[in-house]
Amino acid sequence: MSKKQTLVVIGNGMVGHNFLENLIASDIRHNYEIVTFCEEKRAAYDRVHLTEYFSGKTAEDLSMVTEGFFEDNNIKIHLGDKAVAIDKTHKFVTSAKGVEIRYDKLVLATGSYPFVPPVQGNDRENCFVYRTIEDLEALTAAAKDAKVGAVVGGGLLGLEAAKALKDLNLKTNVIQFSPRLMSAQLDAGGAQMLADKIEALDISVLPSKNTQKIVDGTECKHKMLFADGTELETDIILFSTGIRPRDEIARSSGIEVGSRGGIVIDDQCKTSDPDIYAIGECAVWNEQTYGLVAPGYQMARTVVADLEGQQASFTGADMSTKLKLNGVDVASIGDAHANSQGALVYTYQNGADEIYKRLVVSEDKSKLLGAVLVGDASGYGTLLQYYLNGIDLPEHPDSLILPSRSDESVGLGPDALPESAQICSCFDVTKGQICTAIENGCHTLPALKEATKAASGCGGCKALLKSVLDCELEKSGFEVNTDICEHFAYTRQDLYNLMMVGEVKTFDDFLSQHGSGRGCEVCRQAIGSMIASYWNEYILNQGQLSVQDTNDTFLANMQKDGTYSVVPRMTGGEVTPEGLIAIGQIAKKYNLYTKVTGGQRVDLFGARVDQLPLIWKELIDAGFESGHAYGKSLRTVKSCVGSTWCRYGVDDSVGLAVELENRYKGLRSPHKIKFAVSGCTRECAEAQGKDIGVIATEGGWNLYVCGNGGMKPRHADLFATDLDKETLIKYIDRVLIFYVRTADILQRTSVWMENMEGGLDYLKSVVIDDKLGLCSDLETHMQNVVDTYQCEWKTTIADENKLKRFRHFVNSDKTDENIVFVEERGQIRPANEDERQHFALVEEV
Amino acid sequence: MSKWIDICAVTDLQADSGVCALVEGKQIAIFYMPKDNAIYAIDNYDPFGKVHVLSRGLIGDIKGEPMVASPLYKQRFSLKTGQCFEDESVKNDVYAIRIENNRVEVSLEG
Ligand code: SRM
Ligand SMILES: Cc1cc2nc3c(=O)[nH]c(=O)nc-3n(C[C@H](O)[C@H](O)[C@H](O)COP(=O)(O)OP(=O)(O)OC[C@H]3O[C@@H](n4cnc5c(N)ncnc54)[C@H](O)[C@@H]3O)c2cc1C
Ligand code: SF4
Ligand code: FES
Repeated sequence: MSKKQTLVVIGNGMVGHNFLENLIASDIRHNYEIVTFCEEKRAAYDRVHLTEYFSGKTAEDLSMVTEGFFEDNNIKIHLGDKAVAIDKTHKFVTSAKGVEIRYDKLVLATGSYPFVPPVQGNDRENCFVYRTIEDLEALTAAAKDAKVGAVVGGGLLGLEAAKALKDLNLKTNVIQFSPRLMSAQLDAGGAQMLADKIEALDISVLPSKNTQKIVDGTECKHKMLFADGTELETDIILFSTGIRPRDEIARSSGIEVGSRGGIVIDDQCKTSDPDIYAIGECAVWNEQTYGLVAPGYQMARTVVADLEGQQASFTGADMSTKLKLNGVDVASIGDAHANSQGALVYTYQNGADEIYKRLVVSEDKSKLLGAVLVGDASGYGTLLQYYLNGIDLPEHPDSLILPSRSDESVGLGPDALPESAQICSCFDVTKGQICTAIENGCHTLPALKEATKAASGCGGCKALLKSVLDCELEKSGFEVNTDICEHFAYTRQDLYNLMMVGEVKTFDDFLSQHGSGRGCEVCRQAIGSMIASYWNEYILNQGQLSVQDTNDTFLANMQKDGTYSVVPRMTGGEVTPEGLIAIGQIAKKYNLYTKVTGGQRVDLFGARVDQLPLIWKELIDAGFESGHAYGKSLRTVKSCVGSTWCRYGVDDSVGLAVELENRYKGLRSPHKIKFAVSGCTRECAEAQGKDIGVIATEGGWNLYVCGNGGMKPRHADLFATDLDKETLIKYIDRVLIFYVRTADILQRTSVWMENMEGGLDYLKSVVIDDKLGLCSDLETHMQNVVDTYQCEWKTTIADENKLKRFRHFVNSDKTDENIVFVEERGQIRPANEDERQHFALVEEV
Repeated sequence: MSKWIDICAVTDLQADSGVCALVEGKQIAIFYMPKDNAIYAIDNYDPFGKVHVLSRGLIGDIKGEPMVASPLYKQRFSLKTGQCFEDESVKNDVYAIRIENNRVEVSLEG
């Protein structure tokens, strides 16, 4: 193995951290030792939602670091340590605390600092900026003894800060240098409407004020003197006059910076030194900096892709925004100022309702170039989709901003969006990805957010995400409720925990302790399977009987004509000639249809319920046992012939398959479980299509988990490599019991794993690293199941009482005369309806 | 006056589950819920699967109404009225049934 390279990230802010997350999720994570310098005393937090700190969010709530992130992924983080120098020639980074690290690749993610205008007195006490948690802490402390506040700067951030001051009970003023608010995003009409709305929040807007000096006040702490001769007394001053990229470390180490600041990057986010990247607010691309998270995240993805050796480029980003102020709807999209050549403008102004909307469209009116929405930003999501995806505008584009006076809706329903439409720009999530997540079982907003990350950045796409979710759920006729049925207001996992904690052993106890009514086919079956998997008692015990599915109650699969099939176990697909002959003789005696199944064993069809015990008695006498084809349990462990016969075989796959099948047979689970073992990578046993797959290698066994065929095939994931048999079995024990305990009803391992927070990595951390400290418990549980195994058919035929159930009539020895067979290709098959009627007539005659 | 036909002993029944009886050529599914002291009789025929298997279905209730779910395609039938919950137009016959001196008796006259 080649030695790992060292990758250093300077700055653990929003973008720096997002980069780490992307890197960890990529295939190249193991190629690097990762080190990051974090100047702030806490690791990355959500600056975008900083203002929520005032409404009660704690630093912990805002943290972007999932528990154990740095430890689990072996990332060394230097908290509260600032990188101060880069030696490009020898490739060293030095920190303020004296740490020196040699890097192979370096990523600068140093963000920005708030710009404070060079006004005399700007460093007086109680003059603040608004960027970090510490800034907010200082501000809150000062606000306690203050009455008046002033925010210098009427941009997006300034307005957000002004609202925060207002909420701290200060008489609040917004001092704006230019004649209008949000001058970068709004045109004059929109800005005026916005000013009216801000005033309505009891915040004074003072436009065209150029602050010249701050001196002692008479009533308040400070007096601000403006160029037009006016003045304002205030206790607190908060500067929100823009940001500047933090490029100092680049400057001092000779990395190229832009003429107006910022670290110059190319389309791959590389700086003038090819081993050094810059991403986020500190970077300048094509002479532009980006003061939003989404472009930073795009840059982070670009760098990971570039390190992976993929073609990827950052080619600019959308700067559309929405103001996050309660009660004030403001949004701006694209070219709000109509600067594009030939741009046409539609404006809608409604003074009565204080609504202002402006559309900027292309010369031929087919494409949306920009928009401004004030007072009613409900159309933001739709318009943004028109803009980002270049969707053709309707014939009369103004219909998109005119209030609809009729019922007809002009909005773009989520249904109308193409699969490729980007729903979340922060994390670049498309509608297609969201729909896939919904199909895979994410039926709530939190689940979708978790799975796709959509709406977990700026939150601007939340409404649209919700409507895509609602629309998809509606289309598939889903009701969103996780209760297993009307009798139990719990999920299967809740019930499993209740069972383990309360030692509940029967359905009736479940019903009286945790449920209501008499139960139904859903909860009876689910609970029956849980009880069986945990207590592993004989499945036909009184009290358990009524909770088994028909197939379980009769220990056989019911066929379409009411007869049953009989499947003896053939571990690993191995069968002796004597065994085969015995099966053949029994099939012949009871006139059963015989077929080799897709699971490498023989299925006998057409047995009447009263024949089942007789057939099984003979099978057991011939050395067979139940194949559990009827249960939600281990079905088959398929094998290939392996090293014993095959010229390529690396190990004895049949031997292992037989051993595994014998170990796990009888285990009851949320859904059926299938295994396979292949003797080499040619994979003749199709192990990668199974819940548990094992493939022999020169170094041991490779374990694959959570695959299946069936309705929605999924390839299994490689879980661990080159295991010895003992470890292999341990891991399988743990995976299976963890599945049995935590999966939903009728959820196969694939869907279970995909719905699990953290997915495969999480499963590995539980099973391999014992993150939950559960492993020995899981193994004990499995060992108990193994130790208490019994062939259910053997137990059944030995018990007269149990056999009572195996007859068609309770009051007669007759059999069901409606079961009729005809012959086809030398064997029986159920008669179809016409044939049955014909036979009935013949009999009556 | 209904004519009660003797079927079997109470001990021949399966608690919270079903058995099938042959009554004057008819197949009748009998379900017994000892805790509610309830017993029901319904035609054993599954009109969807077109075979006689209802006695082998799981039972329970839907909003308090006792029901059996067919073991084949899971349609559910009220044990009180025979009405199918999934399809308004489908209704199975139900029969009067009682327990007298620990014997189960059915009347085909409704
Ligand atoms: C007999 C057999 C077909 C055959 O003639 O080969 C068969 C027959 C049935 N399969 Fe299967 N499956 C059989 C192999 C498979 C396989 C192939 C395999 O195991 O390698 C698959 C795909 C692999 C997989 O499961 O990942 C398969 C995927 C299914 C599915 C879809 C499962 C899924 O997750 O999508 C169902 C439906 C279900 O379980 O809900 C199903 C259900 C059924 C049922 C139980 C349907 C039913 O409820 O009546 C059939 C009952 C058979 C019986 O009475 O014994 N059968 N079925 C095979 C029995 C194998 C065995 O020896 O136990
Ligand atoms: C109140 C507020 C509201 C916002 N609202 C939105 C919004 O709604 N939508 C939106 O898209 N954006 C919003 N933003 C902007 C968004 O927060 C930034 O775009 C984003 O944080 C940029 O990420 P970054 O990693 O580039 O910079 P940062 O998050 O600032 O991270 C840079 C980090 O690097 C550290 N650092 C700098 N130099 C060094 C060094 N030499 N050594 C070690 N560490 C160093 C810094 O201390 C900092 O922790 C908002 C910002 C604020 C403050
Ligand atoms: S594929 Fe369908 S029809 Fe064939 S055995 Fe499986 S479930 Fe039955
Ligand atoms: S667009 Fe920002 S979170 Fe989705």
